[in-house]
Amino acid sequence: MNLELLGRKLGMTQIFTDAGERVPVTVIAAGPCVVVQKKTAERDGYCAVQFGFEERKEKHTSKAAAGHVAAAGVSPKRFLYEVRLPAEDAEGLEPGQEVACGATFEGVAKVDVAGTSKGRGFTGVIKRWNFSMPKATHGTHEHYRHAGALGAGTYPGRIVKGKKMAGQHGNKRTTTLGLRVERLDAENGLIFVRGSVPGHNRGLVRVRASTR
Amino acid sequence: MRNIESIQDLASRADHPDFRSGDTVRVHVRIKEGEKERIQVFEGVVIVRRRGPAASFTVRKISYGVGVERIFPLHSPMIAKIEVKARGKVRRSRLFYLRELTGKAARIKERVQPREPKKKAKKAKKGDA
Repeated sequence: MNLELLGRKLGMTQIFTDAGERVPVTVIAAGPCVVVQKKTAERDGYCAVQFGFEERKEKHTSKAAAGHVAAAGVSPKRFLYEVRLPAEDAEGLEPGQEVACGATFEGVAKVDVAGTSKGRGFTGVIKRWNFSMPKATHGTHEHYRHAGALGAGTYPGRIVKGKKMAGQHGNKRTTTLGLRVERLDAENGLIFVRGSVPGHNRGLVRVRASTR
Repeated sequence: MRNIESIQDLASRADHPDFRSGDTVRVHVRIKEGEKERIQVFEGVVIVRRRGPAASFTVRKISYGVGVERIFPLHSPMIAKIEVKARGKVRRSRLFYLRELTGKAARIKERVQPREPKKKAKKAKKGDA
């Protein structure tokens, strides 16, 4: 069963392994998430479990959203998300049930973390695609962080689709695969993964046991 | 939501004695050789202290006429113990100038009253020196 938990990236720090090795880690406060709804093949055409994460104040909840959570008998949630699960995996999960970080990732060696990468706005080709800078000397004039040539000439007579150019960079869903779990703090719902994770600190991330 | 600083506090070690640049320390280092673990002592002068979650300190000693510097992560579990052997009186926090000095010139004066009442302590030190 591959559950996904919603969490918050708290930031990066470093911890020591038992062998005394210093490892860079990202701390994620994952869950607890509450089952809000179950989607079934008969009624919805596919099987999934809908979870809620973080509380939302009653006065900020629309009537429609309030009715939706009331059906599950849980308090209003700030975020709702769905995990596609085959019917047999979803069996133990009933509306109102909480899933915590500790139980979900117990014994899991690697996780995948998805989040929204830091937005960099409209970015040139050097930063966005790691193009090399044109040379600065030997007669170069007013040609600083340019891309160089975009393609051939008369044939094909156009620029190929998907050509790497300047544009929006970041602020896009990104998944980092196969991050090693260095420590799991079930009591506080914290998961320490080795390396970096998309997004800014306090950003929303989705954590699942690695598919790799 | 918890902040990252509170987690860093948990991961740090508060059991080390207070020491600063110029002090002479004995660092007891755990060394694993296969299954066995033993303790080795590295004794020398602290020439750098770095702060923050990645806090570390550098210890310099002269071993058989060769200068040896070792950088220890302050919060590392491989450090069994730190002993402060002597407090040194120095006027800067990073003692890189010691690298150019040898023998008598590389000595550091002892800090007699380790920073108690601030102003008086300074005067007392001058008098003793």
